[in-house]
Amino acid sequence: MTNTLAATVPEKTTNVARPKPVLSVEGLSTSFSVDGDWKNVVRNVSFDVMPGETVAIVGESGSGKSVTSLSIMRLLAKGASRITGKIMLSGKDLLSLTDKQMRDVRGNDASMIFQEPMTSLNPIFTIGRQISEALTCHSNLSQADARAETIRLLEKVRIPNASSRFDEYPHQFSGGMRQRVMIAMALASRPKLLIADEPTTALDVTIQGQILDLIKVLQEEEGMAVLFITHDMGVVAEISDRTIVMYRGEAVESGPTDDIFHRGKHPYTRALLSAVPRLGSMKDRRWPLRFPIVDVTTGVSTVPTEVSDTVDKRKTPILEVKNLTTRFDIRSGLFGRKSGAIHAVENVSFDLFQGETLSLVGESGCGKSTTGRSITRLVQPDSGEVYLDGYNVLTLDQASLRNMRKSIQMIFQDPFASLNPRMSVGATIAEPFIAHRLGTKKQAQDKTVDLLERVGLTADMMKRYPHEFSGGQRQRIAIARALALDPKVIVADESVSALDVSIKAQVVNLLLDLQQSFNLAFLFISHDMAVVERVSHRVAVMYLGEIVEIGPRAAVFENPQHDYTKKLMAAVPVPDPARRAIKRDVATDELKNPVRSVDYLPPVRKYCEVSNGHLVQVG
Amino acid sequence: MTKLQQTLQIAPQHVRSGNRAWRKLKANKSAVVGLVIIIFFVTLAVIAPLLPIADPMATSWSAIRKAPSAAHWLGTDDIGRDILSRMIWGARASLMAGVFSVGIAVAIGVPLGLISGYFGGWVDMIISRVTEAFLAMPFLIMAIALAAFLGPSLFNAMIAIGLSAMPLFVRLTRGQVLSVKTEDYVEGARSIGLGHYQIITRYILPNVFSPLLVQASLTIATAIIAEASLSFLGLGQQPPAPSWGSMLNVAKNFLSQAPWMAMWPGAAIFLVVIGFNLLGDGLRDALDPREA
Repeated sequence: MTNTLAATVPEKTTNVARPKPVLSVEGLSTSFSVDGDWKNVVRNVSFDVMPGETVAIVGESGSGKSVTSLSIMRLLAKGASRITGKIMLSGKDLLSLTDKQMRDVRGNDASMIFQEPMTSLNPIFTIGRQISEALTCHSNLSQADARAETIRLLEKVRIPNASSRFDEYPHQFSGGMRQRVMIAMALASRPKLLIADEPTTALDVTIQGQILDLIKVLQEEEGMAVLFITHDMGVVAEISDRTIVMYRGEAVESGPTDDIFHRGKHPYTRALLSAVPRLGSMKDRRWPLRFPIVDVTTGVSTVPTEVSDTVDKRKTPILEVKNLTTRFDIRSGLFGRKSGAIHAVENVSFDLFQGETLSLVGESGCGKSTTGRSITRLVQPDSGEVYLDGYNVLTLDQASLRNMRKSIQMIFQDPFASLNPRMSVGATIAEPFIAHRLGTKKQAQDKTVDLLERVGLTADMMKRYPHEFSGGQRQRIAIARALALDPKVIVADESVSALDVSIKAQVVNLLLDLQQSFNLAFLFISHDMAVVERVSHRVAVMYLGEIVEIGPRAAVFENPQHDYTKKLMAAVPVPDPARRAIKRDVATDELKNPVRSVDYLPPVRKYCEVSNGHLVQVG
Repeated sequence: MTKLQQTLQIAPQHVRSGNRAWRKLKANKSAVVGLVIIIFFVTLAVIAPLLPIADPMATSWSAIRKAPSAAHWLGTDDIGRDILSRMIWGARASLMAGVFSVGIAVAIGVPLGLISGYFGGWVDMIISRVTEAFLAMPFLIMAIALAAFLGPSLFNAMIAIGLSAMPLFVRLTRGQVLSVKTEDYVEGARSIGLGHYQIITRYILPNVFSPLLVQASLTIATAIIAEASLSFLGLGQQPPAPSWGSMLNVAKNFLSQAPWMAMWPGAAIFLVVIGFNLLGDGLRDALDPREA
């Protein structure tokens, strides 16, 4: 069908040697209507995508990269947006098409996959039906043919047992598998262009690796062009031939990926790249290292300094966790009989010294967050012992529990959700101090001013509300609040994961500075191996609720012993285009989940000591 | 540092946010219109005894169902009472019925909803089941039953209407609490060691406030009309004392002969309801720091 269409469009150029681009964008500008004014979010962006080529648009939040892709597909709300410029897709001028014609283009000439596989499938229809629908709406296939074709597509995206999964519903698929289904659906009409808008951002790192490999393989097989939108330089290095760097609505630099990475000219490109944590960059270093900060306008970089030794192992640990177990019952039936349990945390033991950072790493569902919440007793553990700063945490009554919370504080992942939107920043930071009656109002005020300055904000921000701040600033506010009680331990639960790379680098530096000045102990919960390598003294790898490997950072990263640790390391995208030829050998599998039946008895685990303090689970 | 503190002018937090809300409310034209309407009617109701108007209960056989004129600005009703005067005196009953019964509904319903949603478990089970049982009965039927049980008077009618409207607020609050409860900032409040009372009043209540405010302003309208129905049955404002609802009830028998009898109380109810709605919307925006 697409062939006939292409034939009817007259060739504009007679240049046969150079193939025509699949997608050609010229002077694209997009504005949104905000309170009657037109706000320009994308300004004068031009680029071509050749057949079989992968072009990445990379940028931080608000750079206009997603709006660019939505403009190309004309998926923005009609009255509220205005697109100018020229978008040519396989010979058609998209901006001049009627809505009806545009619907034919979508899913036919170009398909799109989105970030969130959990919400982009309709939960009440089977997977098979949703894909066949994508097939039959653009052609007149019979039911049986559509079914056969759907199974072929499911096999193409490497879903095991494709034919038996045809009649299953989205909730029966894991996140990675759902993203495969989305890709299968996008491929249904053999598009010439696939637009992938952050398709791996919501996925775990091992699954992300699989999906990236899949996109590469499919591209070779189908010969389609891919426009890949992402914020992750590691992903860019791995997948794209050419890269466009976007900053505040403009394409500041574009060129072959290799050039961008090694010979980036624009200061912003350099700032972005220097902020990207690289796995393996910490070889031969003993202590955590700050990130270099590059000035976005001048391109001048600061020299990262290593932090000094903050850990004194001769003292007793500030936090000791012994055989901690937390399970959540699954109840079913009319009387809520216990039908199983999620073994979220199973027999976890570790200790943490003053001034030390212990990272808990692992993928979603491995129990790392539950471990953090169990230690602070935000959830009630089933058994085990936790000693924190002299408190036997699990035996405390409500009143002493409240006192204990002065010693341990949390910083959460999402700075947009972790601050009360109805409370001013000053009140938010002062609240812990006032609630624990640590001093007068005046003292609370002084403390707030001091904390704001400590985290790099200014005192005049006290009267403002959280929505007036950017993500990075909000995370600083959350950190200031956590510090208000002078805690000894801070549980940082994915605290920098939601931030843009340049902001992430600054907040990590802040955490390191604070560790040094307050001698804080961090329990740093993260899935981001590269950041973990940068900040930790010791690392514990969690898998299905258990610690499978724990030890000094250098030992775990340079000499991983457990299979899962190795797999996790191998899956991390490396921000170096030269290394993309090295194929990962990751199997198509799903993350297991720690749901067990009622009569399940956890096996007794043994650990062997590889080197001093480096323990690995065996058997 | 000291200079900084001087410029900061330490003031209690709620005063500052209150000022800001008031400034925002004043800047919102429709909210000001709503406020003016309400103030107008409330003032009329309050100064009714001081106004040089006819006795609202004095009948006159020579002025039955007279159209608006110089003598009777808004006309007279079926037994010759001055409608203007009855409107002004009736504002007292109607506004009280609206505001007090919603006040009762909110005062009981919102705390129950907060407790039910926040604590969950058995408490939630009991409160929710009872609420559902209440909701299963039509609003008006229940108000009538309660008013009949309490005995006929305006005050009892207000209690009856308030109690009948209460389950709605329990349900609405509980639902909102359930969604707000899972926010990180609530967990954050627990992790700094705040007690349940502080978490509920400072973290949950302000964030579930908006839909409650809108619901309350709409319910005031329902309550004014419910009071009318109750007085029609002799369970609300006792005749011959006026309320807008009871005036409307009588007027419906004379719609073709004396349309003004229905028009004035109808228009007044309409205006008051609009007033409360506009003010409610304005308050919702003014109290939300996210709205510019």
